[in-house]
Amino acid sequence: MTNQLNAIERLAEVKQERMQKNLKARYAKEKRFQVYGIMSICLGMAFLAMLLGTIFYGGASSFMTSEIKLTINYDPDVIGVTDLTDEDELKWADWRGLLSTSLAERFPEVSGRSAVRQRNALVSSIAEYSLRDRLLANPEKLGTSEEIWIVADDEIDAVMKGQVDRTVPESERRITDLQLSLIDSLEAEGEIRQKFNTTFFTAGDSREPEQAGIRGAMIGSFYTLLVTLLLSFPIGVAAAIYLEEFAPQNRLTEVIEVNINNLAAVPSIVFGLLGLAVFINVFHLPRSAPVVGGLVLTLMTLPTIIISSRSAIKAVPPSIREAALGLGASKMQMVMHHVLPLAMPGMLTGTIIGMAQALGETAPLLMIGMVAFIADIPGGPLDPATVLPVQVYLWSDLPERAFVAKTSGAIMVLLGFLAIMNLLAVYLRKKFEKTW
Amino acid sequence: MTSSSLFLLLIIIVAAVFVLGRKRSVDVAQSVGGIRYLHSLPNYYGLLAAAWAAIPGVILLALWSAFQDVIIQNSVFSLLPESYQALSGSRLDLVWAEIYNLQKGIITEASDPAFYPAVEALNNLMTTSTTGRTVLVIALTVLGGVWGWRLIKPEQRARNQFEKVVEALLLASSMIAILTTVGIVFSVVFESIRFFHKVPFTEFVFGIKWSPQIAINAEVAGSSGAFGAIPLFVGTLMIAGIALLVAVPVGLMTAVYLVEYASSRVRSIIKPLLEVLAGIPTVVYGFFAALTMAPKLKGFFEGIGVNGVSSESALAAGLVMGIMIIPFVSSLADDVINAVPRSLRDGSYGLGATKSETVKQVIFPAALPGIVSGVLLAASRAIGETMIVVMAAGLAANLTANPLEAVTTVTVQIATLLVGDQEFDSAKTLAAFALGLMLFFVTLMLNVIALAVVKRFREQYD
Repeated sequence: MTNQLNAIERLAEVKQERMQKNLKARYAKEKRFQVYGIMSICLGMAFLAMLLGTIFYGGASSFMTSEIKLTINYDPDVIGVTDLTDEDELKWADWRGLLSTSLAERFPEVSGRSAVRQRNALVSSIAEYSLRDRLLANPEKLGTSEEIWIVADDEIDAVMKGQVDRTVPESERRITDLQLSLIDSLEAEGEIRQKFNTTFFTAGDSREPEQAGIRGAMIGSFYTLLVTLLLSFPIGVAAAIYLEEFAPQNRLTEVIEVNINNLAAVPSIVFGLLGLAVFINVFHLPRSAPVVGGLVLTLMTLPTIIISSRSAIKAVPPSIREAALGLGASKMQMVMHHVLPLAMPGMLTGTIIGMAQALGETAPLLMIGMVAFIADIPGGPLDPATVLPVQVYLWSDLPERAFVAKTSGAIMVLLGFLAIMNLLAVYLRKKFEKTW
Repeated sequence: MTSSSLFLLLIIIVAAVFVLGRKRSVDVAQSVGGIRYLHSLPNYYGLLAAAWAAIPGVILLALWSAFQDVIIQNSVFSLLPESYQALSGSRLDLVWAEIYNLQKGIITEASDPAFYPAVEALNNLMTTSTTGRTVLVIALTVLGGVWGWRLIKPEQRARNQFEKVVEALLLASSMIAILTTVGIVFSVVFESIRFFHKVPFTEFVFGIKWSPQIAINAEVAGSSGAFGAIPLFVGTLMIAGIALLVAVPVGLMTAVYLVEYASSRVRSIIKPLLEVLAGIPTVVYGFFAALTMAPKLKGFFEGIGVNGVSSESALAAGLVMGIMIIPFVSSLADDVINAVPRSLRDGSYGLGATKSETVKQVIFPAALPGIVSGVLLAASRAIGETMIVVMAAGLAANLTANPLEAVTTVTVQIATLLVGDQEFDSAKTLAAFALGLMLFFVTLMLNVIALAVVKRFREQYD
């Protein structure tokens, strides 16, 4: 009897022991599981930090540019122009000569063809056009001389930013020893400086990194978004009102709802195909124009706006509708005078988020030709233009090192706009959020 | 008159009709004893009259603008010599471009004097059309306005009628969604049918060689290019697969941790950061994949002795794409995990299960339909994603299973085939639409299946 009891007790002990062990293993599993969760989150956050870090680290330098101080003598003999109003003469004017003579005066010691070429490459290869514009704007300067700051070449700029390793042998550098020594002498005299890169924000696209700016793309984005907003907001709100307040429960309504949900998940590039086939090939709208981009993005953002507007309308309590109807308002008056104003903040939030999506969208715009190289700043929604994300795409393809920084700089501007839009949406939501 | 000034004039006329209509309603009200004897408020009479004026005019203007080019081209076309009428495609486009340029005066001398009658006819027709449009549109608007104005009587049910008009406009707005779908289907289907006339469907779907570059000289052997899309499908699936391998476990674990473990403070920090990750434009991810991730991966694999790593590897594009869809997966998973009823959790805890056991044995099975549909939606995103692969994956269509080699995807090919100048009847451009059709069809199927899965299993626990 006691033996049996003992046996049972022993068995219980063994079981208990096993359970304790098992429990340990289970707790360890629990800990592991939790660690996986933390690791997943850390992975996402680390990537976000890495992405933003790379872009900000690489892009910060694009907001500075280098300039060289030169004494420019607007000598009619050098330019070969005596009358600034004579178109024929201007055609043959030697603007480059202005820079090379001025550089020759600054560095008289440089001689020999190759050395002179290296010396002339100190300044941007299209800086002469800004000189031309300057002179044409102030014709009285012809024959006089002045000291001005000229934009340096992007390679020189890289040296100034410390991106060039001077210990590398000359043959493996894009900049020669002679140029380095010239830069050093300029630096010693304080005749080369770094300043905020206003060109980046005031110029259109260019093949020369030091002259390329994002203004054209920014204006293009502005017109595109303007068209998108003007079309998608009223249409989206109207559709949401119809579906929430007026639509009867029938086949048609069902088809519309299924369509909206499916469109929200159609890849954006397919909208580009639609834009190309319908807006450009059938309606013959101009290629590369913000108006077409706006139309395509409208169709793309409509589902977002409709879905968020519908939930904003749903959030308005039925008591408000009943009160309006009870006071004798018609259904339309009830919607227009009461429901719509109360749902408006929610609709605006949804619209801003939709616009932010549209601002970052690239793929469909490639299809409709907004990817062309356009140096001019667009003057209206019908002019050929490009947009910020497409500019990023275009620059990321270029081989010059300076364009990598420019790309990051353009991304920073793009992210800045997106941040502002999203913060505005958050602010609107916080400010007008109502709990009924 | 240009379209914009005509449009402006229309607005002015409509505004005037509103004012006059409103005034007339007040006037007619005097005869029956004051405004309160009108059926509706005076504004509604004005608005209804304005709608009478605006709607016919705007519709005519839209129709006229849409069809004038086609009609003019057709009538000018008959004036061209027979030899030009027989031309097709891009050649004909060149002829048209020349005729239009001659008409606008951009060029003054035609390459063939036979163009001059066509140019003159074009010029005449365009002038006639513009004048005709201006006169007819304005006449119709004014007529509509007068008609609406004359209809105004005290007993006219102006508010009800105007509300009907507004409701019709609201319905029309929501029909745009259907129109968009129809537009997408038609634009890809029509061009795809033209493509399948040139390239057999079976060759497209089962062919294993893709080289859409067409030799300039038609006599050169192999000038027709090869349109076997299997390498593209394989490349797309490989990159999307890598992306899902990253995004699904990470996104799922993130959601589980945020819902089941994290304090509300941690949640309130992590969630917005994930939203930031979701809000970054894809072109930025593409830039990062191409300029940072790809060289790093290449360096890493060469460091451990693997050679032949392409600088445009599928792995780099897939990894970055995976990171991009993490927030998408995690927010969908978040919703479905939150939707699992509290009672199931409590029951599991009551039986002595740990949190992770509850998650694995109770919550996952309960949330499975939602998770599956989330994964399907994520897959549809990964397949349709364009910019990352355009920038970080290659252009060459390799049929390979090695993720370290360059592959190309459906979206990359659509983008590269259609960027830049194109003639619209070559197999090369049409191929892009056939690929677009495939893409649209596959993503649509994934969505439909995902929604069906959710619908089928949703109400299990309610």
